[in-house]
Amino acid sequence: MYLFEAKTPTDVDAVKAALDEDDEAQFLAGGQTLIPVLKQRLAMPSTLVDLNKVEGLSGITTKGDVIEIGAMTRHADVAANEDVQKAIPALALLAGGIGDPHVRNRGTIGGSIANNDPAADYPCAVLGLGATVVTDRREIEADLFFLGMFETALNEGELITSVRFPVPERSGYLKLPHPATRFALVGVMVAKFGSMIRVAVTGAGPCVFRVPEMEQALTEKFVPEQIKDGLVEADDLNNDIHASREYRAHLVGVMARRAVAQALG
Amino acid sequence: MPSITVRVNGVETTKEVDPRTLLSTFIREQMKLTGTHVGCDTSQCGACVVSVDGKTVKSCGVFAWQVDGADIETIESLGTEDNLHPMQAAFREHHGLQCGFCTPGMVMTAVALVKDKPDLTEDDVRHGLEGNICRCTGYQNIVDAVMAGAKAMRG
Repeated sequence: MYLFEAKTPTDVDAVKAALDEDDEAQFLAGGQTLIPVLKQRLAMPSTLVDLNKVEGLSGITTKGDVIEIGAMTRHADVAANEDVQKAIPALALLAGGIGDPHVRNRGTIGGSIANNDPAADYPCAVLGLGATVVTDRREIEADLFFLGMFETALNEGELITSVRFPVPERSGYLKLPHPATRFALVGVMVAKFGSMIRVAVTGAGPCVFRVPEMEQALTEKFVPEQIKDGLVEADDLNNDIHASREYRAHLVGVMARRAVAQALG
Repeated sequence: MPSITVRVNGVETTKEVDPRTLLSTFIREQMKLTGTHVGCDTSQCGACVVSVDGKTVKSCGVFAWQVDGADIETIESLGTEDNLHPMQAAFREHHGLQCGFCTPGMVMTAVALVKDKPDLTEDDVRHGLEGNICRCTGYQNIVDAVMAGAKAMRG
C-alpha cells in the first residue's frame, strides 16, 4: 500500500485538527473495508485519522422511543445489546448477520453507512427504519443520506457521530447472504410505525432503495400475501455473476414476504 | 515511525512500526511468532485470527499502530507441544485438520466461541466459524473437534 501518516486522536476536536492539517486525510473506522482497499492501492490517503480511540463515539442509549447508536459501535455490540434486541429485534438480527464474528468485532455502523456499499446491511436498516444520521455539523434524514453507489450526503471531512433509530411497532429483516462474503445478494428491511410502513432493499440495485408499491400494499394490510410478484422492476437492478437482475427482482419479493412474516412474529 | 507498546501473550513489548505494518506482519516478523498464518491477506480466510483485548480479529485487517496498549493473544498462548490446550488436543483427536494452514485461526476462534458460550450447539459452531475458511476438511471434523474441545474446556 502507499505510505501514509497515522493519527490517533482521542477527541473530536483533535479529529478536526488532524483533518485541517491535510486535505488528503481520511477517516479509519473499523477498517474492514478500507484496509483491504488500501492493500489493493485503490485509495491513497496521505493521512489516516483513526477513530477507534475517540471518546464519545461508541455506545448505545435509549431515549424514549429512540435508540441512539454511536458511530463507532461495533456490529457485535449492537447484535448483543438487550435494548436493541427488545425494541428493534430486526436491527439486532441484521447486525449479527454482517460478515463473520471477526468482522463484527471490528466493523462499525458509522463506517458501514459512510461507505454505503450497495450490498451492505446497515444502509438497509437506516433507510428501512427511517433513522437519522447525526454528524459533527448536522442531522441528516435517511431518505436524504444515501445518494448512489458508495455515495452519501456527507461533505468532505464530515464526521458521523451517531445514528438515531425510531423504535417501530414491528420490524423484520431478511437477506440471502452471498455464501462467501455474507454480503446481501438481496436483503429487505420492513418496518411498521402505526399506519406508516417502510420497505428498504439492499444488494439488489446500485444503492439501497425503498419500494413505495410494497409500502402501499402493506399499508392496506400488513400481511406477507400483500407482496405480489412483479412489484419491483428488474430493469434497474444489478446483473452479475452472482445473480441475474430477474432473479434479484424475484428475491426482493421473497425476502419482503419473509421479512413481514418475521415482523409479525 | 509510530512506537507501540503491547502485551503479546502476557509479555509487554515496545517496538517501532511502519504505519503500513499490519498486525499479522507485526506478530510474524517483528515478534517472530509464526504460528499466526496469513492465508489470503485480503481479510477473508481467518487463518490470521488472534485475540485483541479478548475479541477475535483478523490480524491482517488491523494496523499494528491501532492496537497500541492492547493485550494480544496468539495461538502460541494456548498450549505447548507437550501440553496441548484441550481445543488443540480435540483437533488432533478428531482429525480437524489436513494441511493445517487454517488451524491456528480455527483454534483461536473456537476457544473464543466456547469462552463466549460454554454450552454451545453445533449450529453455534457452524455459524461461529463463518469467518474461517478451510479448503481441506469439508468442516465436518472441525465441527466435531470444536464440540469435543468445548466439552473438554467445560471440564
